[in-house]
Amino acid sequence: MTDLQWEHLSNQAIGAAGVVYFLALLAHLIEWSALRTVPVAAVARTVVRAPATAGAPPAQDGTVTASSAAAPPQESTRFRIEMFGRLALMLTVIACAAHLVAVVSRGLAADPNRVPWGNMYEFTITGSFVVTAGYLLLRKRYGLAWMGPIVTAIVLVLLMVAVLWLYSPIEPLTEALNSPWLVIHVMSAMVATGAFTLGGITSALYLVRARAEKRETEADHGYVARLPSLATLDRVSYRIHAFGFPVWTFAVLISGPIWAHQAWSSYWNWDPKEVCAFITWVVYAAYLHARATAGWRGRNAAILALIGVATLWFNFIGINYFSTTSQHSYASGAPAVSLRAH
Amino acid sequence: MTGSTNDPTDGPTTRPATGPTTGPTTGTVTEQPEDAAWKPSGDRDHHRRAGELTAREFLRWTWRQLTSMRTALVLLLLLALGAIPGSVIPQEGVDALKTQDWKTAHPHLTPIYDRLSLFSVYHSPWFAAIYLLLMISLVGCIVPRLLVYWRGYRQQPPPAPRNLTRLPDHASYTTSEEPGVVLQRAARHLTRRHRLATSAPASELGSAEDGWVSGERGQLREAGNLLFHLSVLVVLVGFGIGSLFGYKGGVILVVGNGFSNSLTQYDDFDPGSLFDAAKMEPFCFTVHDFKVDWIQSGPRQGMARGFQAPLTYRTSCSGDRSTWSPERSYNLRVNHPLTIGGTQIFLIGHGYAPVITVRDGQGHKLYDGPTVFLPESSNFESFGVVKASGLKAGQDIGLEGLFYPTFALIDGDPVNVMGDDKNPTLSLLAYVGDLGLNTGVPQSVYEMDKAGMRELKKPDGKMFRVDLQRHETIQLPDGAGSVTFHGVKHWTRLQISRTPDVWLTLLGVVLALIGLLGSLFIRPRRVWVRARRSDGGTLVEVAALDRSGGGDLAPVLSTVVDSLRPGDDAAERPKELA
Repeated sequence: MTDLQWEHLSNQAIGAAGVVYFLALLAHLIEWSALRTVPVAAVARTVVRAPATAGAPPAQDGTVTASSAAAPPQESTRFRIEMFGRLALMLTVIACAAHLVAVVSRGLAADPNRVPWGNMYEFTITGSFVVTAGYLLLRKRYGLAWMGPIVTAIVLVLLMVAVLWLYSPIEPLTEALNSPWLVIHVMSAMVATGAFTLGGITSALYLVRARAEKRETEADHGYVARLPSLATLDRVSYRIHAFGFPVWTFAVLISGPIWAHQAWSSYWNWDPKEVCAFITWVVYAAYLHARATAGWRGRNAAILALIGVATLWFNFIGINYFSTTSQHSYASGAPAVSLRAH
Repeated sequence: MTGSTNDPTDGPTTRPATGPTTGPTTGTVTEQPEDAAWKPSGDRDHHRRAGELTAREFLRWTWRQLTSMRTALVLLLLLALGAIPGSVIPQEGVDALKTQDWKTAHPHLTPIYDRLSLFSVYHSPWFAAIYLLLMISLVGCIVPRLLVYWRGYRQQPPPAPRNLTRLPDHASYTTSEEPGVVLQRAARHLTRRHRLATSAPASELGSAEDGWVSGERGQLREAGNLLFHLSVLVVLVGFGIGSLFGYKGGVILVVGNGFSNSLTQYDDFDPGSLFDAAKMEPFCFTVHDFKVDWIQSGPRQGMARGFQAPLTYRTSCSGDRSTWSPERSYNLRVNHPLTIGGTQIFLIGHGYAPVITVRDGQGHKLYDGPTVFLPESSNFESFGVVKASGLKAGQDIGLEGLFYPTFALIDGDPVNVMGDDKNPTLSLLAYVGDLGLNTGVPQSVYEMDKAGMRELKKPDGKMFRVDLQRHETIQLPDGAGSVTFHGVKHWTRLQISRTPDVWLTLLGVVLALIGLLGSLFIRPRRVWVRARRSDGGTLVEVAALDRSGGGDLAPVLSTVVDSLRPGDDAAERPKELA
């Protein structure tokens, strides 16, 4: 295939992925709206319910069994729930595959072929791909089925932002980016970003559920009631962060400085992007530290994680547009006073 | 670590930090209710009031506060908070020009910001205070823990608790086997990946009527944790050495010119506080050429890439020419710096230097040579100044204006089409008068002081511009002289820096990462097996405790229970699994 064909393929695949994500989101919404009318206990064994992660404290099920006297759902509702749950998962898988095709063909469309991480558009589509892929990979292991609607919605929004505002035509890498460290540095940064985003979603839902439990309203129906127990959410969040943090450390404090040393002559320049990445690192370090030593579980830890994810995404998108002095400014029109301005 | 690792009800409430780090030994100092503060606090201290500490106690209390986990956490967050202004406000050390612009644009905020050192956050006293406190806190936290770890490592695991079924994760069953047989099997199984302690020596375990086996694993978690924190110290030290003893300098070098490494040759120089100029390595080099590929088509048309600056260098050019080291050559490229000894040379920028000759009215050559013009946009439309000192006072000639690498007139407007020098053109305004070069005040070569200068106009009073293409000469009005544009040379901007002991920092981060992985993914775990004779057989109890919290112990328990079953006698099934 020619470069132009690859480029068309990439653009079409992104469009297709967006549409299928949207359908997956719709399926999830139908699934969950059907579930709204059904008490939690009544469908405890259908696919939707997060498989009570092994080791989840049995106390959590106490409330569930208490309400199991509620009438079982009608056969049609039950069918609808199951059907749309599976449909949503399948659509997400298809969308993820299309997304992957888009990312790969984007790289193949460039001349010479390269990793598709040369500008904001490419970072965003790859980063959102990592989020979906991470969700699908961890779905079974951590029982993340409840995350489905949120992940599809977030990825859909990210893709829309990428296509509408960030799109830029395929172009060769700028000179400073043309280094093997691009692959190492950016890949690790993106994997960590994906993980932290998933962790952030979990933490946010932790807060939502904690609030709902405090109010003790409508504990039996709806989305919030079907989230895993607070303890499970907290643990899942911790595990995802514990995975993301070393990767982020590698990206920001090892591969980044090594590359900076090669390209910009100094391994740490106090460049806004570096500073912001460091701030993110410190916040997540504080998160892990707080859990390990100060006994900050649950709410406080979740708030820290949300601060972390906010700094992360501000760094990812915000710095490129708001900061004028960043050497990492990939956003359009790089000033060319020096080669380093990329 | 809190004792709540397996407590399922551990909800959103904040638990106070436990362990030896919480607070003052006198206990009540901070927690004393308001109204009780003036009451005698105890029998022993009735001559003192609550909250009153001796100097020694106070120091001790301060130290404990400083090295507590809470404080470390707060300091860590403060560090993050303190770094924020640096990423939002332009920094002197990062981009002096932007900072100056910002200061000009915000005259009211500038004095306040200056006082708070917000333009050089990372060198400010308050930022230093945060990280020094953090470092002290780190040392104060790590050293005692190192000692504890060292002592604890040699100790045997603690004996099994009396009542294993009280632990959150446990299992029990009865079997017809002898307790000793079960215990021996347990010891055999656990010894593989655990450190073991048993109720009786191995030889007597087989005949025990009531005994236990206690296994512990994952002690490396704490080792990883300590390694991580120690490595952070190594990184800080390495970073400190690098920035104290190192330097960073920049120079703009017109192609064909040479450079020898001494202070006077740099355009800008940023040494560390303890930098010693005598230790600069005596290398020299000459840039022979500069090549660049301009993309001619496609979306990034006009983008430059493939920068190459072939140069020759000698590692030592000090003293007599005969003692110079042999010449070597290197093709300097972006991402491929040249390393000479401990110093590295980076290609970080390029631009154009038009070769200009200025003569006065009598034909005397006042100025001749390549003049560095600084690019103002991505298509290398560049701005520059020529300062030609006249033979007599008041006859200086100054030129100021733009250089277009590829000039075109589009709809009557001068436009620079691209960065390649396809049609190099100069467009300058000319001035005569006194440039103020002899006043002793240092001037930037990129700026002209026009206070004593008069702009030259055409005889009819209209604006006069020096518009020149290559190899052209123009006569200035009023018989002031002439300007010749011979051609264009490239200049390269090189960054030269030396960061001593950079390997130390790298080693530190790598070790920190290894330690981090250990402290996150090694699960410290204790497993106990207790067997005793009860009516109808032997009661076997198994329990496990994950000391890191968040571990999933159900599979661990079932593995242990499985392993306790006699090899081929599958009929013996655990009857009860909690």
